[in-house]
This record gives sequence, structure tokens and C-alpha cells, in this order.
Amino acid sequence: MPEIITRIPLEYYIILASTLFCIGVMGVLTRKNALIIFMCVELMLNAVNMLFIAFSAYKSDAAGQVFVFFIMAVAAAEVAVGLAIIVMIYRNTRSVDIGQLNKIKY
Amino acid sequence: MSLSENLFYFLSFVAILSALMVVFSKNPIHSVLYLIIVFFALTGQYILLNAQFLAVVNIIVYAGAIMVLFLFVIMFLNLKRETEPPAKSKILQFAAVISGGLLLLVIIASLRTLEPYKVEEKTIKGDIGLVENLGKILYNDFLLPFELASILFLAAMVGAVMLGKREGGERNF
Repeated sequence: MPEIITRIPLEYYIILASTLFCIGVMGVLTRKNALIIFMCVELMLNAVNMLFIAFSAYKSDAAGQVFVFFIMAVAAAEVAVGLAIIVMIYRNTRSVDIGQLNKIKY
Repeated sequence: MSLSENLFYFLSFVAILSALMVVFSKNPIHSVLYLIIVFFALTGQYILLNAQFLAVVNIIVYAGAIMVLFLFVIMFLNLKRETEPPAKSKILQFAAVISGGLLLLVIIASLRTLEPYKVEEKTIKGDIGLVENLGKILYNDFLLPFELASILFLAAMVGAVMLGKREGGERNF
């Protein structure tokens, strides 16, 4: 049995995962570079992974770790498609500034 | 304070500090490198919890493939400190930080109403993170999502290739 389970209460992992998630939220709201926003979304996904694995270890339920496996698979696929979209946007507008992407308005 | 506790606090500190540097760094390449540090810190946390397979997969997939893809695109588009878009107005940044902080406050305040989670040491199985045990559960109970994930990858691959193709009359750079 991993020794950490007897030493650190589960709430500390919840606090760590929530902090990382909220830093990701701050990043998405603060930055204007599309790639940095994408990286902050990956940070949020990793915070959720941390929480899943912590709960899976404390409750001895392997379903949490299987779900993390699928989250990683989906995140990899999403990054591939998302970066292709960002490169295409750069080809058309010559910038990755999300402030320039308001053409749908007109 | 045992070694496990010290490692947990150290890795948490490194992860949170690097996450803050990801958000507040002016150079996009620095942001990518700080995010890689976050992934390594989280991998250390997974190893502390004996989730061995996911720790290694985290390094290989996230730090080794996804972040390298980000670096490719940043270098391909030649993004530097000087080409960063102008930051949002101070009031908007302030509002963003306050919103994130309030979310964190609400989540942590909700922990106060919980009973502290009691760990029954006899019922803890420490080996669910090993490859064989995780593989047995993945292929027995979660076979359908596993096969659907392969179709998801096919769709993502086709989508990425179709999005990346150059059309006939397009400007090339």
C-alpha cells in the first residue's frame, strides 16, 4: 500500500487539483494568444487527472485510472485537431491573437 | 515528516509555481517549458500514489508528444516575446484573476462541510496502478470505450490531415 495514503489526507489532493484547475481558468481568461489558452486547457485537464488518480488510490477503485487513460487519449486527439485549426487560422489571418478573430461579427 | 510527505509538498509547490509561470510568462516557449515541468511534477505525484502505468504514459504522451507538438507549432509560427498580442486591459486581467480566485475559494470552502475521509487500511489495495491489473480491468470491464477510442483517433487523424491540406488558391507562407 502506498505510504502516502496514510500520511496525507485526501482533502490535500482536492486542494492541489482545484488550485491547478483555477490557475488554468485564470490563464484562459487572461491571455490573448490562442496557443497559451490551449495550454491552459491542457493544464485544467491535468488537474482533473490528478484528482481522478488520487481518488482511485484512496478508494482502491481502478475505474478512476481507466478514466484518466481515456482523458489522456481524448486530450491527445484534441491537441492534434486544435493545433491544425490554429495553424489554418494563422495561414488566413497571419496572427494567433484571438482579438483578431471577430470576423463572424460582420 | 516522512519522505513521502516531504515529496508531496515539494512536488505540489513545484507544480503550482510552474503553473503560475505558464500563465504569466511573456515568451510562449517559456510557457511550454514550464508546462513540461508541471507534467513532471504531476508524474512524481502519480508515482507516490503507485499509479505506475499512468505516470509513464503521462510522460510519454503529454510531455513527450503533446508538448513537442506545441513546440513545433510555436517555432513554425515563429512566436516570440515581441510577437505576443497586446495584453488585455488591466481591469479585465484583474477581473479574470478575481474570477479564478473566487472559483478556488468556493471549491475549497465546500470542503469544510465534508467529513474527513477515513482511510481503512485493510481495504486499500496498493497494486491497482500496476500494468497487469490495470490492463485486466481495461480489457474486461472497459472494452467498448477502448475500441471507441481507436475510432476517435481515426477521426482525429483524418480531421487533422484534412485541416492541414493546402487548398488551390490559398496564399502560402
